[in-house]
Amino acid sequence: MSSINSKSFWRRIKSWPLLLPVVALLLVMAVNIIHDAATGANPLSFFLVSLKDTTTNGTILYGRIIDIINRGSEVAILAIGMTLVVSASAGTDISVGSVMSLCASFMCMMLAGYGVSSTTTLAVPLVIGLLAAVVMGLVCGAFNGTLVAHLSIQPMVATLILYSAARAIGLLLCNDLIVYVRNPSFAFFGAFAGPIPTPIIITVICIVIVSLVLKKTALGMYIQSVGINAKASRIAGLNSKLLIFLAYTLCGLFAAIAGIVASSRITSADSNNIGLYLEMDAILSVALGGNSLGGGKFNLAGSIIGAYTIQAITTTLYALGVSSIQAPVFKAIIVILIVVIEAPPFKAFVNRMSAAKAAKGVKA
Amino acid sequence: MSEKAKAKKSFNSNTLLLFITIALFIVLYAGGCIAYGAKGFTHLQTFLNILITNAGLICVTCGMTCVMLTGGIDISVGALIAMDCMLLAVGMSKGIGAVPMVLIILLIGAVFGIFQGFLVGYLEIQPFIVSMAGMFFCRGMTAVICTDQVSIKQDTNPLFYAWANAKIVIPFGGYLNNKGKYMAPYVRPGVVVALVVLILTFIMLRYTKFGRSLYAVGGSAQSAAMMGLNVKRIKMGAYMLSSFLCSIGGICYCLNTMAGSVSQALGLEMDAISSAVIGGTLLTGGVGNVIGSFFGVLINGTISSIVKTNGKLASSWPNILTAALLFVFIVIQSIFAALRKRNK
Repeated sequence: MSSINSKSFWRRIKSWPLLLPVVALLLVMAVNIIHDAATGANPLSFFLVSLKDTTTNGTILYGRIIDIINRGSEVAILAIGMTLVVSASAGTDISVGSVMSLCASFMCMMLAGYGVSSTTTLAVPLVIGLLAAVVMGLVCGAFNGTLVAHLSIQPMVATLILYSAARAIGLLLCNDLIVYVRNPSFAFFGAFAGPIPTPIIITVICIVIVSLVLKKTALGMYIQSVGINAKASRIAGLNSKLLIFLAYTLCGLFAAIAGIVASSRITSADSNNIGLYLEMDAILSVALGGNSLGGGKFNLAGSIIGAYTIQAITTTLYALGVSSIQAPVFKAIIVILIVVIEAPPFKAFVNRMSAAKAAKGVKA
Repeated sequence: MSEKAKAKKSFNSNTLLLFITIALFIVLYAGGCIAYGAKGFTHLQTFLNILITNAGLICVTCGMTCVMLTGGIDISVGALIAMDCMLLAVGMSKGIGAVPMVLIILLIGAVFGIFQGFLVGYLEIQPFIVSMAGMFFCRGMTAVICTDQVSIKQDTNPLFYAWANAKIVIPFGGYLNNKGKYMAPYVRPGVVVALVVLILTFIMLRYTKFGRSLYAVGGSAQSAAMMGLNVKRIKMGAYMLSSFLCSIGGICYCLNTMAGSVSQALGLEMDAISSAVIGGTLLTGGVGNVIGSFFGVLINGTISSIVKTNGKLASSWPNILTAALLFVFIVIQSIFAALRKRNK
C-alpha cells in the first residue's frame, strides 16, 4: 500500500511544473552551503538576513539572499513580459534589453534636459519623466506587437529591429553622453524604501497585479489558447491578433519599468550598458521556469523562480571567485544541462534505458 | 494554376526580392558617390575597403544563411569570433606558428559546430537557446583564456603579420592622389578568402545534394523526412558549417584587428542575421541564397562607410539606418508572403 502511495507521490512530483526551477534553485543553495562550510564560514550564512545601519540609507535589510532578490528584480520584471510573449506568439522578444536602455535614456533626457550630462535638479517633475519612460516602453512594445501580430513577421526578426535600433536611438537622445541625474527622489526607485530595497517592492507589485489579472480574468487562458493554436482560437471567437499585440505591448511596459529601476540604481542613463544581455537572461528565466519556448501553456511562477535562480547562480559564481566576464561559461554549461534534461528525445532515451533495465531484471 | 507555373511564380517573387536588394545597394552607393564624390567616395578603393572591413562578416553570413535555410539560427557567431581571435593572439604569443594555429581554430570551429548541431538536430532543443548558450560559453571562454587585450605584433609571428599586411594590387581603377602619385587599388588576403567562401557556398547550396537538402529541411522538415532525408544529420551539418565558416571569418577578422579581446565582435551575430534578412533569406527557412546575403553585407558596409565619410553624424546612425532598412525589408517580405498566400 505504502509503495503505491510513494509511487504516486513520485509521479506527482515528476509532473509538477515547478520541478525544474525549484530543483535548480535548491542546487544553487546547496552549492552555497557547501562552499561556506568548506571555507569555514557559517554554513547557513547564505540565508542570514540582518539589519544593518548605513550612513546613506539608514537601517536596511542586509544579506546575500536579499542582495539576490534585489539584483534579480530587473530580470524578474522582464521575465513577466517575456512569459506572456513566449506563450502568445511562440517567439521571443529579443529587444527588451535595448528597450530598457532606450526608456532609461529617454527618461533621464527628460529629467535632465537635452544635452545636459549631469544634474542634481530635475528639469521636469519626476512623474513626467517616469511617464515618458512608460510611454516609450508602450510605444516600442506596440511597434513589436504590430509587426508580429498584424504583419505576421517572425518575432525574432521583428524584435531584431528594435534590438539594434533602440540602444542607438537612446544614445542619440542622450547626445552620446552618460546622463547623470543625481537627485534623491529619482534615486529612490533603485535604493531603499524603509529597510526594504525599492526594486523588490516594485517587482512584487508587478507580480501581484499581473497574477491577479491572469487569475481574475480570462486573459491568461486566452493568451495560452492563442499560443497553442492561433487559427483555432480565432475561429473560436478570440481576437488572436489583438492578444498577441497586447502581449508585446505589455512586454514593452515591463521593459520600461525594468529600465526605470536599472537607471535609478546607478542614477544615470548609461545607454551602452543598461540592460546589456538582459534579454538573454529573461528568455533563460522563461525556459528555466519549465515553459516551452514553443508557446502555449505558461507558468508565471516558474519564470519568476527562474529569474531569481539565474541571479542566484550569478551571485554564487561571484562568491566562488569567478570574475564577471568569465561567469558566462558556467551559465552556458548550466543552461545546456537543463535543456538537455528537458529535451523530449533525451527523456525518451532515459525511459528506454530504464525499461531495458527493468526487462533485464524480470528475466533474471 | 499548374504546379510548374506556381513554382515559377514563387521563384519570381524571391528573385524580385534579390533584385530589390541589389538595386538598393546600387542606389545607396550611387547616392554616396554623388554626395561625397569630393571626399573620394567614387574611388574603387572605397568599395574595396568595404570588402576588406567586412571580409569576416561575409564568411559568417554565408554560414548564417545555411543555418537560416534550415529554419534555425546561430547567435553564437560573434562570441566564437572573439574566442578565435583571442586563441590566435594568445597561441601566437606563446610561439605557435601561424599555420598550425589556423588549423587548430578551424578544428575548434567544426567541433563546436558539431556539438551545437547535435543539440539542435538530435536532441531537438530550440536553436536560439542552444546558440545562446554557445554564445555565453564562447564569450566567457575568451575571458578564461585571457582577460586583457592581446595584440599580434610582427616579432611574435612574422608570417601572420605578413598575411595581414599583404596587398593584392588590382591593375585597374587607381587614382592620382593630391600629390600626383598613382594610388593602385588593393585588397587584403582576407577578401580573397571571403570571396572564395562565398562562391563555394553558392555552388554548394545550388548544386550539391547537401545544399539542396538544406532547402528541403527548411521548407518542411516533415516532408523532407518522408522523402528519406536524414533531417537530424542535415541540421547538424548546417550548424557545423556555420561554425566552421565562422572560424574562417574569425581568422579574416583577426587579420584586420590583429588582436584578441573579450569585447571583440560584439553584436556581430545581429549584423550577420540582418544582412541575411536584407538579402532575402527567411527565418522560417527554405528561402534565400548567399548572393543576397552578400549584398546585405555590402549594404550594411555602405551605410557605415557613408556615415564615416560624412564624419559629422553620430556613431549610432549606422545602427539606426540598418534597423530602418531591416524594417522596410521585412515589411516587403511579409507583403510578398501575404500575396503568395492569396494566390494560392
